[in-house]
Amino acid sequence: MSDLEAFREETRSWLEANCPAEMREPVRDEEDIYWGGRRATFKNDAQKAWFEACVAKGYTVPAWPKEYGGAGLSPAEAKVLRQEMTRIKARIPLSSFGIWMLGPALLHFGTEEQKKHFLGQIARGEIRWCQGYSEPGSGSDLVSLQTYGEDKGDHWVVNGQKVWTSYADQADWIFCLVRTDKENKYKGITFMLFDTASEGCSTKPIKLISGNSPFCETFMEDVKVPKSYGEGIPAYVGEINRGWDVAKYLLGHEREMISGADGGNTGTVGSAMSRHVAKGGDELDPVLRAELAMFDVDALAYGAMGEKFLDEIKVGKAHPAQPNMMKYAGTELNKRRHELMMSAGGSRSLEWESEETSGGKPSRNWLRTKANSIEGGTSEVMLNVISKRILDLPGS
Amino acid sequence: MPLYHDEDQAMLADTATSFMAEQGNIKDQLRHWRDRDCPDGFGHGLWKQMAEMGFTGMLVGEDDGGLGMGHVEAGIVLEEIGRNLTPSPFLTSSVLAATALKHGSNDLKGRYLPGLIEGDSVFAVAIDETPKHRPSRITTRAEKSGNGFKLSGSKSFVIQGASADMLVVAARTSGSDEDDDGITLFAVPKDAANMSHDSVRLVDSSMATHTKFDGVELDGDAVIGEVDGGREVLNAMLTAGRIGAAAEGVGVASGAMDITVDYLKQRKQFGKLIGEFQALQHRASHLYSEVEIARAAVIKAQQLLDGGSEKAELMSSVAKAKVAKTAGLAVKEGVQMHGGIGMTDEYDIGLYMKRDRALQEFLGDAYFHANRVAEMSGY
Ligand SMILES: Cc1cc2nc3c(=O)[nH]c(=O)nc-3n(C[C@H](O)[C@H](O)[C@H](O)COP(=O)(O)OP(=O)(O)OC[C@H]3O[C@@H](n4cnc5c(N)ncnc54)[C@H](O)[C@@H]3O)c2cc1C
Ligand SMILES: Cc1cc2nc3c(=O)[nH]c(=O)nc-3n(C[C@H](O)[C@H](O)[C@H](O)COP(=O)(O)OP(=O)(O)OC[C@H]3O[C@@H](n4cnc5c(N)ncnc54)[C@H](O)[C@@H]3O)c2cc1C
Repeated sequence: MSDLEAFREETRSWLEANCPAEMREPVRDEEDIYWGGRRATFKNDAQKAWFEACVAKGYTVPAWPKEYGGAGLSPAEAKVLRQEMTRIKARIPLSSFGIWMLGPALLHFGTEEQKKHFLGQIARGEIRWCQGYSEPGSGSDLVSLQTYGEDKGDHWVVNGQKVWTSYADQADWIFCLVRTDKENKYKGITFMLFDTASEGCSTKPIKLISGNSPFCETFMEDVKVPKSYGEGIPAYVGEINRGWDVAKYLLGHEREMISGADGGNTGTVGSAMSRHVAKGGDELDPVLRAELAMFDVDALAYGAMGEKFLDEIKVGKAHPAQPNMMKYAGTELNKRRHELMMSAGGSRSLEWESEETSGGKPSRNWLRTKANSIEGGTSEVMLNVISKRILDLPGS
Repeated sequence: MPLYHDEDQAMLADTATSFMAEQGNIKDQLRHWRDRDCPDGFGHGLWKQMAEMGFTGMLVGEDDGGLGMGHVEAGIVLEEIGRNLTPSPFLTSSVLAATALKHGSNDLKGRYLPGLIEGDSVFAVAIDETPKHRPSRITTRAEKSGNGFKLSGSKSFVIQGASADMLVVAARTSGSDEDDDGITLFAVPKDAANMSHDSVRLVDSSMATHTKFDGVELDGDAVIGEVDGGREVLNAMLTAGRIGAAAEGVGVASGAMDITVDYLKQRKQFGKLIGEFQALQHRASHLYSEVEIARAAVIKAQQLLDGGSEKAELMSSVAKAKVAKTAGLAVKEGVQMHGGIGMTDEYDIGLYMKRDRALQEFLGDAYFHANRVAEMSGY
């Protein structure tokens, strides 16, 4: 037996022993997702047990080194774990912007002490993070951001407003882009980390078309951000005024995540929807069936692309701008998926509050997916990047 | 297995890329033979050179004198064939017929494989009987006659049928027209009596035939595989062929995209390079995404087939359908973004459009395969 096969066997029995049956059910509502943080509560014992088992094993962040709370798995082993978890439909033990976004940036740019300090907390789900990038005047043109941090020697005084800060009202800390040099556009931004409970920092929810409001405006009025949280633990990532490099690196990971390359956007809908329609005693319209079939072709092909992309990324074969392509294609696909699911569902999927639809899940999810091609950089911006960086088309 | 080429495959890709660009390019092959109204539609000289490169017998087992390679490797050659629009019997002979012959007797292999490997022989496959690909319906009949069979019926869209030294023919030996069982595959030699070819040149300058069998007498040893059990061989041949056609289609799509993107960087209008216009940039970038995704579907299908996975069947249809849509997009956008000169014979983009159209139809178009995906998924 190869080492990898042995690892697969081992993983199977570990999952068998540690993943409770309730954690192998599809996620039904927000409460089924555990985000960690200071204010977190578990929905039930099974969620708690599964989370704790994963923390102990380093499986909340399997590919991170052990000293930072991970399991130190090789890329091949991490793939096996992912496959085995998908096989039993195991839920993600911990969802977190710390894992998906800040973590990779810290691993790449952080100091040793900084990594030990923050990464462990992220792996153990102790701190919930939010992302302070966008501002009312700076969305796609993010580098134009205006939130300003005035240098006061050992600390900054930060003033400004962020917008679209997902879950800021439930987050403990924010990773935030702050202008620290007004003269220099790209080389005047610092990537800061601070507590959202700091004096002068406040949030206000934004209600979305889906009726939900996990998004916030975040206001900063004379917020004092120290330059350091201890020996070797700066309150910023990378260098002062060079936060744009960190921001871009992080966006690459964010796009990878939103693209669903890791399995999120590869699901087909045809068979599920045809069963669904049949259960309602109805037949699938032939033209809808045809659209579903064409969609499934695209989804299965995109699934292969996701796998190829992850394989290539691991060995450095992917073009550095490839995440933009994945983000573009994956999010457009996901929007199309939900349009088709709405059509297949018919009037049932229009219900906004019924118990049958778990509180209007189909329609709310459909509306939520419209943000996929906006958040983390719009489709248009992704296409701009592909044009410039991959196809090398001339700038206007 | 990771979804990219390993070292040996990458080396093969380098070799195939330069070989096809130098020997198989549009000017020296497609245009050359087309402008001479070549009745074969391809050059035997190049076929011989492909044999010298070891391409012709890639899918033939080592025991039978071939290289015993897989569909990933064959796909590497096919992608370059697609990119250069190289007319050649590779897909029909080295992929389809070679796959069928894997199931043949030693006698059949001995008779046909050396000629294939040497680049001296060309094979064709005769499956469809109507203008659309309908392999479920086979009405051409082979009746028992003495020790052998008597073949009657007709086939259409037989690529290179008139040039072929042997045709793999799917015929019905029992049952009714729509039955799955009762199919037998035959290796019909070029000089068989009572076989006639009605040759037609297709839109992409390739040659195909409507072939009639009017009581063609065949020996019992012309049977490939089992009598009445040919559906399995036919399916294996179709899966290999579809994945192969998809690989070639990715080459067509990439080739069309590349010349178009190059054109966007050269052509000036309104005092600017047209590649500076965002309206065109976004379409080019969208096309790029689709081509990458199609390529991923193809390599996935190839690997599944090489690994003997049950999922190869589903993925072969995904790949064929995805590529058909993608290459179709590439050539349409290509002609449009070339503007008026895209309509001229002098520029190559139109040749890509024609080749794509023929390739889309071969072994099932996007509609056929999307329908198959639905059926295999249970709806
Ligand atoms: C659900 C959701 C969650 C989010 N979460 C976060 C978060 O947690 N933290 C955070 O910091 N931000 C977050 N965002 C903000 C997100 O990153 C921005 O919305 C996004 O970058 C787009 O910026 P904008 O909304 O200002 O749109 P604008 O930049 O004003 O764009 C408007 C339209 O113009 C187009 N456009 C703009 N520039 C160009 C161009 N150069 N070429 C062509 N078209 C162009 C855009 O594509 C878009 O269609 C979130 C957004 C949403 C919707
Ligand atoms: C069959 C045929 C018959 C014709 N007959 C005649 C005739 O009888 N008399 C005559 O005078 N002309 C004739 N024409 C020429 C025709 O009018 C031009 O081909 C047409 O105006 C486009 O110009 P172009 O070919 O130079 O393309 P280009 O202008 O080079 O365009 C190339 C591509 O760039 C795009 N593009 C260009 N500028 C922009 C922009 N600002 N923004 C976004 N995209 C842009 C175009 O849409 C096109 O996709 C004919 C053309 C054809 C194909």
